[in-house]
Amino acid sequence: MLFKKRTYATIQLPKSKEPYVQTEADPITRGEVIPEGDFHKCPNCGEIFYAEILRTTEGVCQKCGQHLRLGARERIAQITDAFDEFHHQMEETNPLDFPGYEKKLASNRERSQEAEAVVTGLATIGEQPCVLAVMDAGFMMGSMGSVVGEKITLAVERAKEEALPLIIFCASGGARMQEGIYSLMQMAKISLAVEAFSKVGGLYVSVLTDPTTGGVTASFAMQGDLIVAEPGTLIGFAGRRVIEQTIRQTLPEGFQRAEFLLEKGFLDQIIPRNEMKETLTRVLKLHGGKR
Amino acid sequence: MREEIKRVESELKRLEALQADGIDVSEAINKRKQEVKAMKAEFPMDAWDRVTKARDAKRPVASQYIEGLVDDFMEFHGDRRFGDDPALIGGVGWIGDTAFTILGQEKGVGTKERVKRNFGMLNPEGYRKAQRLMKQAEKFNRPILCLVDTPGAFCGLGAEERGQGQAIAESLTLMAGLQVPVITIVIGEGGSGGALAMAVADEVWMMENSIYSILSPEGFATILWKDASRAQEASEVMKITANDLESFGMVDRVVREPDEFCVETLPAVIESMREIILKTVSDYQKLPVESLLKKRYEKFRAMGRVSEKEGTE
Ligand SMILES: [Zn+2]
Repeated sequence: MLFKKRTYATIQLPKSKEPYVQTEADPITRGEVIPEGDFHKCPNCGEIFYAEILRTTEGVCQKCGQHLRLGARERIAQITDAFDEFHHQMEETNPLDFPGYEKKLASNRERSQEAEAVVTGLATIGEQPCVLAVMDAGFMMGSMGSVVGEKITLAVERAKEEALPLIIFCASGGARMQEGIYSLMQMAKISLAVEAFSKVGGLYVSVLTDPTTGGVTASFAMQGDLIVAEPGTLIGFAGRRVIEQTIRQTLPEGFQRAEFLLEKGFLDQIIPRNEMKETLTRVLKLHGGKR
Repeated sequence: MREEIKRVESELKRLEALQADGIDVSEAINKRKQEVKAMKAEFPMDAWDRVTKARDAKRPVASQYIEGLVDDFMEFHGDRRFGDDPALIGGVGWIGDTAFTILGQEKGVGTKERVKRNFGMLNPEGYRKAQRLMKQAEKFNRPILCLVDTPGAFCGLGAEERGQGQAIAESLTLMAGLQVPVITIVIGEGGSGGALAMAVADEVWMMENSIYSILSPEGFATILWKDASRAQEASEVMKITANDLESFGMVDRVVREPDEFCVETLPAVIESMREIILKTVSDYQKLPVESLLKKRYEKFRAMGRVSEKEGTE
């Protein structure tokens, strides 16, 4: 049962004792985070690691270099020197009265120890201040509902008000189906904020992490002044299965991976996890920070 | 009661077939017609009825709206980067005495043309053609009218290779900053990001029996319930009708449709729309650019429902 399906690790959250293994039934639409044992299996090469060892390698498989998915807290711990969170208590309502949505949210909160699929705040990265938003694929597959949209919009607005650079780590399966059209409108809301921020000269760095798909790809993920990604990240608009059904053929190996997007001209760089903090620091310095 | 209406309607069809074969059943036909009319008046359409109407092959398409609404329309082609997307019609023309830039997602009429138009599903070059023409509208200070009618942006290999997500994302920021008024009318299907990419507008209108949704009901049922056959059920819970969206404050106007909405009944509908389009655009044109942009920002800024909205003004 444990290793039957393709699994990937989400590194332990500071608040919780249990490490997590996420069952990846369908990387686009399923977002179950299930507490399992003390070890994880690399989804790429199958190597089995103790959770403790994986943590010392920042969640990168030492055998094949696969960048495993990270929870938002772990990501923030890896790249920031200081972090002051915004709006932690904001929670979803159920705008469409969608059956079972509250229960789904509650179980995701319980498992992930997060209120929603994005964490935002004021951060210091290599002595450079910035506004940081980090999405968490462990919470309903990082899908975008009203809270994700609102928190990201507020983060963009805060960056504009305080004339700070903005960094968003994207990780999302796309729309939050249970919020229907409300989910769609978050794409417009965030885009308006990004455009207003851009007009006043704000720097926005979009970092794409596994997976970045659907409505997030079709909005703020692709609106950065710089767009970078971790190695091997799945990046696309439509899901693989939908495309295969449409064109009735199997997609080539490596399709919709970061390396493919770099080749097609949609990324500035691919940045390995162990170079992310240093690279972001350099970028922030080059855009108005102190050398 | 829905089943009852459908039962009487199918009986009506059978009677009409008899009539066509030369058997006089006109009295029965009239009686059934009255019954259907009365039942429909008492029980309004459900979401699935509207999905059916929104997708009906007889429903007017963008090119027919343009033909009826726009004088001296001149079509412009190409995105200047890759190609010309037949699923998007773009150009300029007159509505009344005002020159507009018109952009329409086109499904086409008849099988051959529908295939050519890719059933209204745009590729990245379609969105990039729209962007080019929107920038031109801004340069020449023309208002923009967008007609939305798409099941969604095209999901293909080439579309991904050429950056479907990036193309839509860029349309969203471009529309966010456009310094001319934009009206978008959802005329049939408003499918997902592919529709939104032409709907970050000062006003968004919907035809009475159009739909606007995060995904098709079939796709929604597949993702949430692993069962595409539950699309009808999905259409209800998704809240995708013009009335739903108007009640959410996401749509500014619902344009009434006749019972039989087709190319023959379109002219009367267009005549009812023309003056309102002109009046609306002229009101927005009176605003200073900063106010126009601020109003657009605030319109979409208010969309979303959260609890404990701390930190917002
Ligand atoms: Zn590995």
